[in-house]
Amino acid sequence: MKQSTMFAAIAASLFAVSFTQPCVAEPVDVDVLAAKLRSVGPKGEGHAAAAQAWQAIAKADADQLPEILAGMQGAGKLSENWFRAAAEAVAQRQLKQGGELPVRALEGFLADTSQAPRARRLAYELIAGVDTSAEARLIPGLLNDPSLELRRDAVALALKNAAAEEEAGEKSAAAETYAKAFAAARELDQIKEASSKLRTFEQQADVPSHMGFVIDWHLIGPFDNTDNKGFDVAYPPEKQIDLAAAYEGKVGKASWKPHRTRDEFGIVDLNEIFERPKDGNDYKLTTEHKGAVGYALSEYETDQPREIEIRIGCINANKIWLNGELLTANQVYHAGMEVDQYVAHGRLRAGTNQVLVKVCQNEQEESWAQRWQFQLRICDELGTAVLAKNRTLSATPAN
Amino acid sequence: MTRSAKYLFPALFVALFCGADWLQFRGVNGASLSPDAAPPDSWSETNNVAWKASLPGRGASGPIVVQGRTYVTCSSGVKQDRLHVVCFDNESGDEVWQREFWATGRTLTHPYSAVAAPTPASDGQRIFAFYSSNDLACLDLDGNLLWYRGLAFDYPKAGNDIGMASSPVVVGETVVVQIENQGDSFAAGINTATGETRWRVDRARQANWVSPIALPGEREGRTAVLLQGASGLTAYDSMTGEELWRYDVSCSTTPSVAVSEDHIFIPANGLTVLKLAPDATVPSLVWDSSQLSPSPASPIIVGNRVYTMNNSGVLSCGDVATGERLWQLRVGGRYWSTPVVAGDRMYCINSEGAAKVVQLGDKGEVVSSNEFSEEIKGSPAISEGALYVRSDRHLWKIANGS
Repeated sequence: MKQSTMFAAIAASLFAVSFTQPCVAEPVDVDVLAAKLRSVGPKGEGHAAAAQAWQAIAKADADQLPEILAGMQGAGKLSENWFRAAAEAVAQRQLKQGGELPVRALEGFLADTSQAPRARRLAYELIAGVDTSAEARLIPGLLNDPSLELRRDAVALALKNAAAEEEAGEKSAAAETYAKAFAAARELDQIKEASSKLRTFEQQADVPSHMGFVIDWHLIGPFDNTDNKGFDVAYPPEKQIDLAAAYEGKVGKASWKPHRTRDEFGIVDLNEIFERPKDGNDYKLTTEHKGAVGYALSEYETDQPREIEIRIGCINANKIWLNGELLTANQVYHAGMEVDQYVAHGRLRAGTNQVLVKVCQNEQEESWAQRWQFQLRICDELGTAVLAKNRTLSATPAN
Repeated sequence: MTRSAKYLFPALFVALFCGADWLQFRGVNGASLSPDAAPPDSWSETNNVAWKASLPGRGASGPIVVQGRTYVTCSSGVKQDRLHVVCFDNESGDEVWQREFWATGRTLTHPYSAVAAPTPASDGQRIFAFYSSNDLACLDLDGNLLWYRGLAFDYPKAGNDIGMASSPVVVGETVVVQIENQGDSFAAGINTATGETRWRVDRARQANWVSPIALPGEREGRTAVLLQGASGLTAYDSMTGEELWRYDVSCSTTPSVAVSEDHIFIPANGLTVLKLAPDATVPSLVWDSSQLSPSPASPIIVGNRVYTMNNSGVLSCGDVATGERLWQLRVGGRYWSTPVVAGDRMYCINSEGAAKVVQLGDKGEVVSSNEFSEEIKGSPAISEGALYVRSDRHLWKIANGS
């Protein structure tokens, strides 16, 4: 026996002893096993039971794929990955053995919007993996789907179709298709593309309203953030909101000022808004504010209480309160700024709500560390704008 | 099963089959070295390329090689929130299996990097796939999920929107991850078999992209892992996380520490070399040299020579004993990947995808230049005489006679 062959034989034996390989399909009790996968929690909680359950569920017959996917209902983010890996293992084994996937049952599962969005997405991917006609057959009907990933594919297809119509000189049809794509789009790149195209047809695309960016603010500052200590200091706006009040700030009296951002993506540039420090002050005269804290307040009116997400993009350290409750605190400076960078969850009450944002700039000297700005939007978990009743600009109808 | 028997199979496994394997970032012992290998000096689309396989997503991670298969991590999707582990057969280049996960942590990165930035690691039986999102998946060699940790799910402030890049390292029965950032900053030792946290230590709240490395062998019955931070190098007991010693020095936060025999090479003050104590006490300074500063590629030690590449593509060779710089060579280009050495040849692959082969000796000489024509950020792997290189789109096997 060649040495390599002998080693391979030993390896195979050792693996046979060490691991249970889910290589033979058999009917399994998916409900019981799925419950164990769903029990996975943070810090390794439920891992041992889930690992055992995974080995068993990965042996399931391919016909049980819809059952496995259904088990994702109520699963957390961690658990979803255990389910995904199990479904993939079952599907790949079936295909390698020359079998077929239960495409019809998977299509039925995909059509059931009460199932977990990621489970439906996975169902689609399993179908599309064996059926090249799946995209054309299934995706167009998913333009307003509760699965963000399926919706994205549908928007992408709509944009592609609109471009084809435009190319063919069918301007009216193209504009209509772009408008549909814009209304359905929930992700930034697609919103940018669709809005840009709509404008070439001289149609309006109210991006701030479509995304739910807050554009009207009351601002106050700067307060002191020397040595980054201001992040933990509760300056007066954190204790009481009084828009008529003035406080001792870092460079003299600070008072609330109304501000409307004209930025399409809601960026509020505090360097441009707060008065520059005076020469001769011990606060060094610079081109940009340094070691400074600013606050932004939005008064948001609504008739109905509801769950919302408050999503902020901010290149500086920041905190967000909703009606006095701290929702998130991010003590990170100059590590990038993106739309939806930090996501906080909150609940609006009927009537007037106060969204207070604290934005802390540090004292770094590098040219790339001079930005002091944020952008904030209010939406649901899909990214659909939740607009205030007192919003002054027109809103784009949102699904 | 007794404790010794419990560990016998994995140990036997590694001993038998891992000689030709490239199990982690920078390969065996993080040395970036395969002394007996001789990959081809030159290649083209029709010569010495054994195969070229498509990848499902981007990645700054390097490939690893375990028992005749190559494993690559990728990230895909507009938010890079799809995490992939792909397994290829080394002979044919065929995809053996692929697993995909949804990221549970932050997925923002600088456009140049990717969520699949850390190189995966293996103990010869399992693959530990780690991502910038701080997801850590453990799979067996056939793609069966053994456990899955979302370390940013556990510690939600862990992350860096420029991207994390520290690669995990396996030390005995512990996989160590270094998650240093402005939020929840820590290192953790995870039980390779169960996914349970053996230990967790707080680290400075500062961005850091370097990778941990195992200290070879045992001292006073303990195995150690070295963690390089901005203000020093710390040795921790790999099983308990107990701090064994700390050497204070201002370190770089991009190139990673290397170890050769009883010397430690730290990217600090240029390059700082320490000599390990025979016991588990603080090592002593041998020399430091501002003329041998690595960035961002990590230092490589071959015998009595140390090699560093700077961010202008200049390769320096120094004397391990004295720190004297012996020669420099402008290789050209910018390097994110750490070069690898096979025999007396160094394979340097710059960001633009140009692979320069350098003959090492009394002086350095570029003996060939080969184009991948795609951006390359991941460090290559060497196994059984072949070079494995990945881009955002492809994985290549470069081997003689192909």
